[in-house]
Amino acid sequence: MAQDLVNTLADLKEQEAIKIVKDRLSAGEDPLKILGDARKGMEIVGKRFASSEYFIPDLVYSGEILKAVTEMVKPKLTKTTESKKLGKVVFGTVAGDIHDIGKDIVVFMLDVNGFEVHDLGVDVPAQKFVEKIKETGAPVVGLSGFLTLAFDSMKLTVDAIKAAGLRDKVSIMIGGGQITEEVRKYTGADAYGKDAMAGVTLAKKWAGVK
Amino acid sequence: MGKKWEEMTSDEKQEALFQRWLSPKDPQGNDIKFQSPQAEKAYKERITRIKDAIQMKKLPDRVPVFIIPSFFPVYNAGFTPREAMYDYDKCCVAFKKLVLDFAPDGQIGAVAPGPGKVFDILDYKLYSWPGHGVSPNFSYQANEGEYMKADEYDALIDDPSNFFSNIYLPRVFGALEGFRMLPALTGILEIYGVAFNFIPFGLPPVQATYKALFEAGAEALKWAGAIGACNTEMNAAGFPGLWAGFTKAPFDVIGDTLRGTRGIMTDMYRQPDKLIEAMEKLTPIMIKMGVGAAKMNGQPLIFMPLHKGADGFMSDEQFKKFYWPTFRKVMMGLIAEGAIPNPAAEGKWTTRLEVIQDLPKGKTLWMMDQSDMAKAKKTLGKVACMYGNVSSALLALGTPQEVKDYVKKCIDVAGKGGGYIVANGAFFDQAKAENVKAMVDSAKKYGVYK
Repeated sequence: MAQDLVNTLADLKEQEAIKIVKDRLSAGEDPLKILGDARKGMEIVGKRFASSEYFIPDLVYSGEILKAVTEMVKPKLTKTTESKKLGKVVFGTVAGDIHDIGKDIVVFMLDVNGFEVHDLGVDVPAQKFVEKIKETGAPVVGLSGFLTLAFDSMKLTVDAIKAAGLRDKVSIMIGGGQITEEVRKYTGADAYGKDAMAGVTLAKKWAGVK
Repeated sequence: MGKKWEEMTSDEKQEALFQRWLSPKDPQGNDIKFQSPQAEKAYKERITRIKDAIQMKKLPDRVPVFIIPSFFPVYNAGFTPREAMYDYDKCCVAFKKLVLDFAPDGQIGAVAPGPGKVFDILDYKLYSWPGHGVSPNFSYQANEGEYMKADEYDALIDDPSNFFSNIYLPRVFGALEGFRMLPALTGILEIYGVAFNFIPFGLPPVQATYKALFEAGAEALKWAGAIGACNTEMNAAGFPGLWAGFTKAPFDVIGDTLRGTRGIMTDMYRQPDKLIEAMEKLTPIMIKMGVGAAKMNGQPLIFMPLHKGADGFMSDEQFKKFYWPTFRKVMMGLIAEGAIPNPAAEGKWTTRLEVIQDLPKGKTLWMMDQSDMAKAKKTLGKVACMYGNVSSALLALGTPQEVKDYVKKCIDVAGKGGGYIVANGAFFDQAKAENVKAMVDSAKKYGVYK
């Protein structure tokens, strides 16, 4: 039955997944185990996205199913366990830019690949990145931006991280609709990702994950 | 003057729109007085060059060149986006400077920044604009949301106009709250019942909404006067404006404006039939919107910004099922009425090329951002003229020599046999002026057909 939930979620069968969760809950099963299976299903979703079998609608829908499952399970949760994470990532759309679709996809993919992502949202001032890096000690930073104006905001953010004495403690990736190697050089970031999977690959490399 | 519109073939309608574009009018409807005979000649040569590139029947004298900016002209003139949206004179100065500095064959007039004060009066929520939700130095940006709820498809399908006036508009304009109380106008039928339908117009929230509308209307008129005069001046100097108006692919109408990305993508799974039915319902409305603008303004090109059909946004199967059918119908509807759809394939559309080439030859014009131009030339490029592909990053951070080399490459790859126009690929804010100049100049230098 555990495998059923993993697969129905991975195959985006919402009604079936919900029914399985309902049955397992009324059979008195440990809600943490159910969440664990849901998580495994999401990992498969992430893999299918990485191999271009799934696209954004499928990611979005899997997120909706997971939300429904989590809402059912939550009232039964008596304790929470922190699952082991691969590493921390501080992520956000840079100052002046309020675009979030691209950022959300990368955050989603980092999350299902096991990272602890601190998502600062959109229009994030450079100083807020600096503070979050200090607070979390995250070794990986992701800067997202859609506008050409974001090029400067990214550069200013990298400069602020440098000025705070944190530059050699973090690896910085940038990404967004108009980002190229040229922009990477201009901003002083360590790398750019052309899509969400490239972001995950970079984060894994930098966090020392095989 | 010959045939009536209804009797013309679509080719004749297109030609009639081109002829009207070649003889531009000012906002009062009088023939424009060109600045000089040279300006008039340049204006007509530019349109002819663009027409030949689009129609793909004969080679233009050279590859045309467009500049399709976002707020670049404003920065280029030393203003902030905030200033351009609130001081219409500054906006005009900026866009006039663009054509004088760079002399492109095609430009898009000074309408893009829009009137900030109108958005203030209406309390517009779908966008944040400079000084109102984003920094005064940044361009406006959209705030996606579920302005239409998942269970409202029936209301939209049943009566799109009423759905917009009574449900959607009050959600995206704080000042239009009173529209919620409006009666259905189709209920006004006989003397009995007439008065009931006018009761809402006596209620304070409705009257407050109308007061805001009058104010917004007056301001919009003021803006249109300033911008119209500015566009006329650019025409008179020899620079045609490209677009008569715009319309959208039905998937983007619902995805951008009504349901948001998350909403529409969930609907693709939870209520695909409703989504498709709603897009079908919007299709004739989107056709009418584009055709109306083309006929009113007397020029053929209708802009269509494309968003959620790009590579990566959905699978090929999803694209063929959800995005393409009604998008194509809108284009075919425009073409039938002589208009020329100008879709902007923002982002990458390389995997869509096979599908979107199913169009009549020489009837559409495509703005290409980062699609593979060699592949595009072999597919879509067989039936449609394309412009763009000079990247924002290159214009912002490259050198004039790099821009020159890139333009040359674009012309080599996509310009063979016509059907290509040099231009930036995406609406851009920041760029080095010398790079924009290099783009235009190298098109003129390397683009000559011998």
